[in-house]
Amino acid sequence: MTAALQLKDVCKSFGPANVIEGVSLEVKRGERHAIIGPNGAGKSTLFNLISGLFPSTSGQILLSGRQICGLKPFEINRLGLSRSFQVSNIFANMSVRENVRCAVLWSLGYGHSFWRNIGNLKEVQRKTAEVLDKVGLSDKADVPAVLLTYADQRTLEIAITIAGGADVILLDEPTAGMSHSETNRAIELIEMASEGKTLLIVEHDMGVVFGLSDRISVLVYGEIIATGTPEEIRGDARVREAYLGDEADFAEVTA
Amino acid sequence: MTDYSVDLVPDLAPSSQYKFATRVLPLLLMALLLLVIPLLEPSRTSLSLLNAVGINIVFALSYNMLLGQAGMLSFGHAVYFGFGGYAAMHAMNWIETASYDGGVWAAFPVFALPLVGFAGGAAAGAVIGWPSCRRAGVPFAMISLGLAELIAAAGLMFVGLFGGEEGITGDRMNGVEAFGLSLGPIGEVYWFIAFWAFAGTALMYAFTRTPLGKLAQAVRDNPERVQFVGYNPNKVRYLVFIAAGGFAGLAGGMSAVNYEIFTPESLSVIPSGLVLLMAYIGGARYFAGPILGAIMLTYMQSNFSDYSEAWLLYLGLLFIGMIMFAPRGLAGLLLSAVSGIQHSLTVKSLLRWGAYCTAGLLVVVGGVTLIELAVRRSNGFGEVFEPFGLHLSPEQVLPWMYGGVLLAAGVGLLTALHKVGEGESK
Ligand SMILES: Nc1ncnc2c1ncn2[C@@H]1O[C@H](COP(=O)(O)OP(=O)(O)OP(=O)(O)O)[C@@H](O)[C@H]1O
Ligand SMILES: [Mg+2]
Repeated sequence: MTAALQLKDVCKSFGPANVIEGVSLEVKRGERHAIIGPNGAGKSTLFNLISGLFPSTSGQILLSGRQICGLKPFEINRLGLSRSFQVSNIFANMSVRENVRCAVLWSLGYGHSFWRNIGNLKEVQRKTAEVLDKVGLSDKADVPAVLLTYADQRTLEIAITIAGGADVILLDEPTAGMSHSETNRAIELIEMASEGKTLLIVEHDMGVVFGLSDRISVLVYGEIIATGTPEEIRGDARVREAYLGDEADFAEVTA
Repeated sequence: MTDYSVDLVPDLAPSSQYKFATRVLPLLLMALLLLVIPLLEPSRTSLSLLNAVGINIVFALSYNMLLGQAGMLSFGHAVYFGFGGYAAMHAMNWIETASYDGGVWAAFPVFALPLVGFAGGAAAGAVIGWPSCRRAGVPFAMISLGLAELIAAAGLMFVGLFGGEEGITGDRMNGVEAFGLSLGPIGEVYWFIAFWAFAGTALMYAFTRTPLGKLAQAVRDNPERVQFVGYNPNKVRYLVFIAAGGFAGLAGGMSAVNYEIFTPESLSVIPSGLVLLMAYIGGARYFAGPILGAIMLTYMQSNFSDYSEAWLLYLGLLFIGMIMFAPRGLAGLLLSAVSGIQHSLTVKSLLRWGAYCTAGLLVVVGGVTLIELAVRRSNGFGEVFEPFGLHLSPEQVLPWMYGGVLLAAGVGLLTALHKVGEGESK
């Protein structure tokens, strides 16, 4: 079976700075795969390369065996890969419902149609309501997105990402900045939303990472130094070294 | 997992009463108003003003498809108005020729010429938008300005197409009559304008409710994210641009039939700037904003230009004033007045409103006095400013002082009110 997502020796440099240095990674279909690593390791950059926001300098990226290097973000999205952003990236002046509605339109085949009243599209209404219900934002459906609390904006960010029904979902630090209880709710949501899908997630909260993922990759200075199951990562000497100084912390949170 | 059959999903859509009140009712009221106006037996002057208003409403709404809906600032929207108008004007002449010599155009009613205008504007939008919609923001605005200059210059060069400085003329009383209208008397032209103004408004409103219309708003809000829900923001912009060009062309076609003449001036940057002002002053954030702006500016243009040479100066001041103090435009002012009446109608708030209006009036009266005096003085004909039977000579000191004192009092009062307001909100 071909991997859901495969990276082969991907490199990215911004001018003289080599941010991603030869990353190879295979995410199996249906797997929940986490990427961890210190600040500035290049995790978000890696997501930007996979989702087509930046072109990679060299290497190959395959989505279900299909080469997606050089495709535009919307083309990659149409092939079934959807991503969220570390900093909420929503349609601020539109209501929560409109935010989600925009995200379901393409997948339901409405393209650029200008001859239909969006209010009469039952499928769109239903899918939008379903997504809002899933993420628990139904009661805030008519609130302008800009007026949501921080945690609700993060939730909306996830809602927009999953609304199109993509098979491969990339989440960039979905719980960053959330309180403990908010994080727990977000994790439940992520587990539910990624059921039957392939998930690639960047996360700083080790508790979340080790609880959620099937496999973990550790990215340090643009290189993947280890990939494995949570147990393997926990026992990996190089990983402990990379988190040197935090070693005690690392042992503690991963225990 | 929940079973999401249609009836189990909570209906998040607004109630049908709400939909009727906010979507259908305003259009019905507009239709009613258009039907009632002729019963009031307006004068010829009022009718020609009303016809101009109708044209500008469609033009300003089409501009706002770009500015308000898709967030595209264009300095050259009159180009599409112009292409539509010229297309309609040529077609009007083909109809005339065909009515003697026969041909397909003989069957085409002049009443339907705005459709030719739509096609002309949309075609121009499709050609010109192709390169220019690849850019957004400032580059898009600059390209639109450059193209407007270029095409206005071309308008004077290609005499066969644009008729040179005199433009091209036509006769609307030819061909098939639609709805029994000969389109001869201005009263009949009113029905023509009313029909198309209503149709244009209703269609452009409907456009905001389509998937493409919603996507345009998403592109305005956050073009980057649009890419990650499967849409190409440039393509969305391009399609909206074509539609906006089409409706501008529709307005151009209305104008061609109304005036029976079209000159290259109407595709220059001056009407392009004016339509921007209409949308902005009216309130680009609201669908109805440009309608208010079109009514106000058309009225000002036709009346103030008779009273004062300085009317463009007043227009500029109004624009600056709106940007600084009421960025949501006339529509925004109206809405906050309505919600103020509904929610916080106290003696105190009434007093404050009164004080604000007084201060505003003082500023206007003082400012107008000074400007009119200055205009007359610089003309050097010894003209006297005579508002309401007063006799204010620019050669005397006292009238200048009146103006200055009124202006200063108004500004002072505004500043004081502003301070009080700030103190309270702390
Ligand atoms: N567009 C860009 N231009 C230049 N340098 C960039 C750009 N984007 C990222 N970088 C650099 O690449 C490096 C990796 O950044 P990236 O955001 O991918 O890290 P990260 O692992 O996501 O970190 P964090 O945990 O803080 O989110 C940083 O040094 C950053 O300054
Ligand atoms: Mg990051």
